[in-house]
Amino acid sequence: MSETNNDEALPGHDHDGVDRRGFLKCMAWAGTGAFYVMQGGVLKSYSLSTRLPLGSTSTAELSFVQISDSHMGFNKQANPYVFCTDTATTEKVNRLATPPEFMLHTGDISHLSRPEEFDTVDQVLKSASAKDVFFVPGEHDVLEDDGKQYLERYGKGAKGAGWYSFDKKGVHFIGLVNVLNLKAGGLGSLGGEQLEWLEDDVKHLKHSTPIVVFAHIPLWTVYPEWGWGTEDSGQALSYLKKFGSVTVLNGHIHQTMQKVEGNVTFHTAASTAFPQPRPGTAESPGPMTVPADQLKSILGITDVTYVRGKHSLAVVDSSLA
Amino acid sequence: MRKRVSTGIFVAALGLGVAGLGVRSAGVAASALPRPATMEVAIDNFAFGPTDLTVAAGTTVTWTNRDDIPHTVVSTEKVFKSKVLDTDEKFSSTFSTPGTYPYFCSIHPKMTGKVVVQ
Repeated sequence: MSETNNDEALPGHDHDGVDRRGFLKCMAWAGTGAFYVMQGGVLKSYSLSTRLPLGSTSTAELSFVQISDSHMGFNKQANPYVFCTDTATTEKVNRLATPPEFMLHTGDISHLSRPEEFDTVDQVLKSASAKDVFFVPGEHDVLEDDGKQYLERYGKGAKGAGWYSFDKKGVHFIGLVNVLNLKAGGLGSLGGEQLEWLEDDVKHLKHSTPIVVFAHIPLWTVYPEWGWGTEDSGQALSYLKKFGSVTVLNGHIHQTMQKVEGNVTFHTAASTAFPQPRPGTAESPGPMTVPADQLKSILGITDVTYVRGKHSLAVVDSSLA
Repeated sequence: MRKRVSTGIFVAALGLGVAGLGVRSAGVAASALPRPATMEVAIDNFAFGPTDLTVAAGTTVTWTNRDDIPHTVVSTEKVFKSKVLDTDEKFSSTFSTPGTYPYFCSIHPKMTGKVVVQ
């Protein structure tokens, strides 16, 4: 992809990242994302580049995909073709052996909260086989208007700044918002109102209910120097202590990472737009430029398998190369 | 040619006169402070540079985003607030009242800075 070695602005390149001259460029890009299967109360995740063996999910109770950080509108060196990588992601979703029932988008849908950016992502997602997409906002989605536009578009039925919960086949999903009212020098923030709602939301659930929490900024402290954590996530997690199986899905850091703490498995997804450096390996957490032919391998995801109640975790890194 | 030269000298003299007036009106500490009426802060690599900036009252500070990610400049005391600045976009604020003005990027709150106005 020698075309992407240009340092200057690409000619014929619209703000939404679509290169009017060469749509074929999109064909060379692979997307990313994580595909989840709920089988017997156990959550397993697979790379979207893994072709599931036929019939392997015949006993699956639930399957869904997490995508994150599409940053539609970003067009700098790290990936001038965000539209292409986002499109490639939905194409991958459509090629899965078992179509996912729905998708979770863990935020930074847009890059600059512009209406046309949201519109483009909505268009791209329309071609996915999974018609239902559940969103939570990233900090790039709530610029200028404290998230009013985000709420209008994606917040139907949600409370406050856009938090909500829903159930699918006995699994309880909780979408949290931790990108608003951020304080100087601080990390992500859930806030008192949302925490109160969360405590109430899970109060009457049976301890055996598998819980999936999704939010943009990691709900565990990945790297505070770069703001990769949430100030008051500890309190949120304390309300989930009683549950035997809790999976936390986040985005924001544009790389896969996972951690197990007691009954909680934390997992961050890669971005479908551009990678960011591993903690502390660069001056700042900004977009990381890699040689064009390596971008696929950097946008890869990590397979995570965990067993409810046994606190064991198998981690397998797989790229899209 | 001669006419043009004399015009040039006249303009230069006028400029010096104006500058002189500026120095006199800035007060006792003026000699220790930057003379220009505009100071620059560069935003790059998720940081404000310089992080701490001391200026004379009446100075306009201009922030320029040189990063490849958008940032904002927001006063913690709500005194000033930029719109979202994409790469190469600028924001300016004039500081008339002495004091300390801490600010941060509302998108990446770990980025903090301070303008001290004397």
